[in-house]
Amino acid sequence: MAATFQSSLYASRRRRNRISMGLAFAATAFGLSWLVLILAVLLWEGFSGLSLSVFTEMTPPPGSAGGLLNPIAGSLIMTTIAVLIGTPLGILAGTYMAEYGRYDRLTTVVRFINDILLSAPSIVVGLFVYEVMVAQMGHFSGWAGAVSLAVIVVPVVVRTTEDMLILVPDTLREAAASIGLPRSLMITKVAYRAARAGMVTGVLLAIARISGETAPLLFTALNNQFWSLNLNAPVASLPVVIFQFALSPYHDWQKLAWTGALIITLAVLALSIIARTLAVQRKTS
Amino acid sequence: MSVAAITVPAVSHAPSSAEDLSEKISIRDLNFFYGDNRALKDINVPLYQGKVTAFIGPSGCGKSTLLRILNRMYDLYPNQRATGHVRIDNDDILSPSQDLNLLRAKVGMVFQKPTPFPMTIFENIAFGIRLYERLAKSELEDRVRHALERAALWEEVKNKLNANGLSLSGGQQQRLCIARTVAVRPEVILFDEPCSALDPISTAKIEELIDELKDDYTIAIVTHNMQQAARVSDFTAFMYLGELVEFGETTQIFTNPTDRRTQDYITGRFG
Repeated sequence: MAATFQSSLYASRRRRNRISMGLAFAATAFGLSWLVLILAVLLWEGFSGLSLSVFTEMTPPPGSAGGLLNPIAGSLIMTTIAVLIGTPLGILAGTYMAEYGRYDRLTTVVRFINDILLSAPSIVVGLFVYEVMVAQMGHFSGWAGAVSLAVIVVPVVVRTTEDMLILVPDTLREAAASIGLPRSLMITKVAYRAARAGMVTGVLLAIARISGETAPLLFTALNNQFWSLNLNAPVASLPVVIFQFALSPYHDWQKLAWTGALIITLAVLALSIIARTLAVQRKTS
Repeated sequence: MSVAAITVPAVSHAPSSAEDLSEKISIRDLNFFYGDNRALKDINVPLYQGKVTAFIGPSGCGKSTLLRILNRMYDLYPNQRATGHVRIDNDDILSPSQDLNLLRAKVGMVFQKPTPFPMTIFENIAFGIRLYERLAKSELEDRVRHALERAALWEEVKNKLNANGLSLSGGQQQRLCIARTVAVRPEVILFDEPCSALDPISTAKIEELIDELKDDYTIAIVTHNMQQAARVSDFTAFMYLGELVEFGETTQIFTNPTDRRTQDYITGRFG
């Protein structure tokens, strides 16, 4: 029995298809154009201030020349410490959730709390670390800054570790068990290996996430106009310097803020590219 | 005949009197539960030393479940339990005190999908050996080579032992998994539909291999392919809806089954 072909029905379906395609396209173009605009202004303003002195000189007082060496160093140090604290914690917790406690109630609870932490406003994290560290120690410090960033790293790494380990097929775990491999070795020698690229990607994304965080650092590391590697004292960081300089009335400070923003953006871009390359490798390996 | 064995439906095997069969594994009154769902019902079946026993039956009949009890693979998952007795050389492996890693070293398994570890071909084999033995480098290399030869893979990989195991073809990967299993020196090898993801040529190679391996190992194979069961096995067990319907010598099961359901299944009337 052949259905009667109703050309009017088909035509209206085509019309609806074209309208929704058009709307989707317009929405994409609208969103992207703002992003392009932001990047264009950033590149324009940032590159014009980019010079060697940015990487060799300290932040200047208003009206004189200078660079961003102290905030760059501060950011690098605090980020490194945050990753060193946050990554092992995150990987261990994620491993528990995906491997040992996959069917436990505790895992469901931890996952729920971790998801909240993942989307918690970073200013709350900053306030928390202010209360437990800065207020207790009586002064702002690089350690407090690093800890507040670590608090942001942990949930990201927990999440990606768990997700990546769950993607490792159970058949591989069974194969490992089938030659008598104890669970601990199965995880470290087989599951981690299979999930390695994804787990590294998670850490890179966590670094990208914290490299632009300002709020937690305002409450913890504060800022430092001078060269200081003392983590028991206030430490400068790029986001906080950008915040301070961009809001200032001085043109050369504003200029440096743009340059700092460009440096962060480029660093995050590089991290994203590395993360993506690793993700592609994961799929093809 | 023990009381337990009487409950076996249609035990029709009458092993040729000339041959001396010894039970490597004896399964008695075995029940298995996924939660409240009873997947195996009072299974009684022997696995003879140095013989290949095939488990056939339609999907969901419990044959893979049965296989996964023999190395307690089900222990990896919650809410799964077995009751009854499974004895390997008179040790009840269902006993809670059974060391699972030692059991699995003794009872190896090859899976439906090839599952090489994400490491080099050499490491795939050496990894298992190192778990149990501390060997000098040259000795280890000999063992790896021997395992690969045993799995008829040596000639194809001897020049690329440092390549990733995942770079091999599906059939080669499956033979790598067999080599990995053999390398640990088990006494029993379980094959869970080892050829269902492979092409006919690779399948023929694996079947040939199973035939060679049975001199040294007791083998159980689950298969959906009845010709395969007929080709590779000495004994065949037909399972249906969690029950063992019939067990006997393969020739007898395929030419003269006692149970109507067995006959219907092997002649393709269902399943």
